[in-house]
Amino acid sequence: MTDLIDSREPTAAVQFPMTRTCPMHMPPQYAELRDEQPVAEATMRMTGARALLLTRHADVKKVLNDKAMSSDAKRPGYLHQIPIPEEIIQFIKFPFVAMDAPEHTARRRLVIPEFTAKRVQALRPRMQEIVDERIDAILAMDGPVDLVRELAAPVPSLFFCELLGADPADIDTFRRFAEVTTNRDAGPEETNAVFAEMETFFGGLIRQKAADPGDDLLSRLVARNEESEEKLDHDDLVAIARTLIIAAFDATTKMISLGALTLLEHPEAVDEILRDPSSTGKAVDELLRYLSVLDGSVRVPTEDVELSGVRIPAGQGVVALNGAANWDPEVFPEPEKFDIHRDASEHLAFGSGAHQCLGANLARVQLEIIYSTLFTRIPTLKLAVPVDDLPFTEGGHVHGPYEVPVTW
Amino acid sequence: MVTATRVVVDRETCVGSGNCVFAEPRVFDQDEVDGRVVLRADTPSALTAKAVAGCPVRAITLVDAAQALGHA
Repeated sequence: MTDLIDSREPTAAVQFPMTRTCPMHMPPQYAELRDEQPVAEATMRMTGARALLLTRHADVKKVLNDKAMSSDAKRPGYLHQIPIPEEIIQFIKFPFVAMDAPEHTARRRLVIPEFTAKRVQALRPRMQEIVDERIDAILAMDGPVDLVRELAAPVPSLFFCELLGADPADIDTFRRFAEVTTNRDAGPEETNAVFAEMETFFGGLIRQKAADPGDDLLSRLVARNEESEEKLDHDDLVAIARTLIIAAFDATTKMISLGALTLLEHPEAVDEILRDPSSTGKAVDELLRYLSVLDGSVRVPTEDVELSGVRIPAGQGVVALNGAANWDPEVFPEPEKFDIHRDASEHLAFGSGAHQCLGANLARVQLEIIYSTLFTRIPTLKLAVPVDDLPFTEGGHVHGPYEVPVTW
Repeated sequence: MVTATRVVVDRETCVGSGNCVFAEPRVFDQDEVDGRVVLRADTPSALTAKAVAGCPVRAITLVDAAQALGHA
């Protein structure tokens, strides 16, 4: 076992997040780090804080499943994406993804019943309708058409608005919330202003659902909380609504877009999905692994831990790189190869452990419906511009293209 | 003594991902109220291993029947 603090150069050459050189590949540095320095010193790009980056699948999975690894954003040593003054950190109501048990457990349990396997299956027909309507609209246009604008953004937006019980007229507002809060390049002022706006917006929506409940997720959440023994306060419910919207709008849109682009670049995979629709699920898991659009889970050890032979002292924040884990050749041979026949089920794109993405199964179903419908209905679909000309988010918390122009 | 394998779930650890129900709906279900795992059957099927591997918090275990009685 080596002692990291004593054995390494004090200046860290590595920064997080790193930029992808190929939009569909992990940053090349991940592989170097995994081979040479699986627990690597790094600097958080926006805050300058010292971080340790984890790149091995075994270490990332271990950390995500270890109760001694805290997700509490208020804990000293937590690695925030943007600089937030300490006094503000103590006042902010973080979403439950940034809490530990038992606070995390109480909040998550309030939301779980909305995302059970049965509910997700029951949502399929409406999802299919929304996708079909969008593809009707695309087919009625003259190409080229931007798949992000016409499919990847509106499908999850409309679906989630309906699910939550929000007004579809507010979709553009939600999208702005999601884009600003997940953009690492947005300055602290802009981010804070949007957070304040979200408090007001979702606060009003929660009050409205309490006063006049409908058949929707937020109304049921409010009702379930009323019946609960450990009642959460209004701000907690607002934080939950905020989290759901951001997750649904940003990550899902980018995953749909980048996944569609990847399939367009791999026509042999599309042929297979069309020939054997039952292979769509495996293809979706491989896309999730291969693209890892949301990368970097922050944890703080509450006691000294050892990973890959390196001792990490309590309080030293780590970034478990889901994307690096998903490209670990120990688990996924030739990880740079997009192969819908491989067993990608061990991927960590949705995380693992108590914080694993609540909407994982809903997202899988959504991706399956979108890709199978898109390529069945428009089998001649192709990119309208060379892939190198496409604009991608840079340094964002979630990676994806801004536009994907297509023709058919 | 003949021993058979049984499925055991830990509802306290369960985070309600629903992965087990997607993997093997004949053995696993989710409680309507709290979303946490409930067993429809405690005899493992061929797909149960997939559910065990897919549980994000390792709340599903396969034990021999004698051990399972100990759990109860």
